[in-house]
Amino acid sequence: MSATGLHWFLSPLCALLLAPLLPGLINRTKALVAGRRGPPLLQPYRDALKSLRRGAVYGAATSPLFRLGPVVNLAALAASLLVLPFAGIGAPVGFAGDLIVLAGLLALGRFATMLAALDTGSSFEGMGASREAHFAALAEPALLLALATLVRVTGAVSLTPIYAAIGIATWAHTLPTLALVALTFVVLELVENSRIPVDDPNTHLELTMIHEVMVLDHSGPDLAFIQYAAALKLWVLGALFVGLVVPLHGGSLWLDGAAALLGMAGLAVGIGMVEAAMARYRLVHVPQFIVGAATLSAVAFIVYLA
Amino acid sequence: MPALLETIAAIGLVSCFALLGTSRIGACIRWLSLQGIVIGLVPLLAHDGGFGLRVLLLACGNIALKGVIFPLILLRLRARTDYHREVEPFVGFVASVLFGIVALAVSLWLALALQPALRHAPFLMLEAAIFLVSIGLFIIISRRKALMQVIGYLILENGIFVFAVITVVTTPLLVELGVLLDAFVAVFVMGIAVFHINREFGSIDVDQLTALRG
Repeated sequence: MSATGLHWFLSPLCALLLAPLLPGLINRTKALVAGRRGPPLLQPYRDALKSLRRGAVYGAATSPLFRLGPVVNLAALAASLLVLPFAGIGAPVGFAGDLIVLAGLLALGRFATMLAALDTGSSFEGMGASREAHFAALAEPALLLALATLVRVTGAVSLTPIYAAIGIATWAHTLPTLALVALTFVVLELVENSRIPVDDPNTHLELTMIHEVMVLDHSGPDLAFIQYAAALKLWVLGALFVGLVVPLHGGSLWLDGAAALLGMAGLAVGIGMVEAAMARYRLVHVPQFIVGAATLSAVAFIVYLA
Repeated sequence: MPALLETIAAIGLVSCFALLGTSRIGACIRWLSLQGIVIGLVPLLAHDGGFGLRVLLLACGNIALKGVIFPLILLRLRARTDYHREVEPFVGFVASVLFGIVALAVSLWLALALQPALRHAPFLMLEAAIFLVSIGLFIIISRRKALMQVIGYLILENGIFVFAVITVVTTPLLVELGVLLDAFVAVFVMGIAVFHINREFGSIDVDQLTALRG
């Protein structure tokens, strides 16, 4: 256990309570830029509550794996919050190598979603799972390389000390490295959460979508779990980015927390702007985009080596 | 100013990867322009204290030529030959980027081997110089459109320039300006050659030049 005092529970609590605000904020920004009013900020909460009250429908061809998918996914992401530091508050659990656990938990959640999608026997969902596997295989090296770069820069091997060690002085020393890592995190946030240049979260009809196609057969509480888990994933990767670019450890819990939350809100607004301004890439160009991110982190790693 | 030099090196490296992964020739030219501008700044930062007229002139000449004039010539050429994309390169874009990573590792190794001989050279710039040379050569051999070959040549030239600036403490101004003039003439001649290739063959695909064989 890392020694973080009385406030160890604050970081996961923040995430669990505030994560659904991120998709709300993104959608609101998108709508405002497009000149519409957009859904209220709390819409994701309402959607989740509505889905939770409903019953789930399971296809006759599905096995228990299908029911397990959303639960395992949500559990994996909730568990990943335990090693995630936020706003200068350390993570509840910290040990050497917990960054690999974080990557592993993200992969486990994805794996469960893909299995559930394959379990439906629908070729459409199988296609989505195949794409998810393809892009994840490219995105994971980028994440691990970015984290490895942070390990080298700070000399720590656990997320809480890594993020505690990054301050304004670190930025002044290793500006290009950290800037490249931050860029990688932005790309990963877009890729892992199926945001716009990679996948359009609003489509349900297109042949080129990735994440939404895998969850087409889920309904009721399962769908609520999936949407909540998606919000948590947005939060987890966002926290990695915000912890890097808002490296304020003023000592005051409330000020640091406010700065980090503002950072998260800024990130959500930024994603909304990107989504409003860009079109989705053609599917063949997506691997190029992700390999580009992996390249950025590789360059960051090598620049720091030198 | 090591942090600034590091930033320049990082921008140089990233621009190389962008050049490797982009199919649009216009975008390539703009990245090349950015690369030319940041690399033109190297003489100002490479030697502490040597902020004289000679260095200033060299930096200005470089930025003007590589950041502005060459890109303008290339953009004009692109408009005249009407080829906007590198459609099917000999090596694909993802494979090119992967080659870039390998080349980065190799140039790191080469720079490590060279460092004992060149103690005063900033290590990252040394690595960037070797990397630029290798990427320039790679683009020359892996792309089909003659315009991309000119771009590859200019990346190569950037690499040699960086190498010269950081390793040789004082080069006579006349030599530096001569090199710049050479590059200028080369780009000029290549521009004319590309234009004539386009007029003669109806394309600037270098693969079709084999039709010249008797």
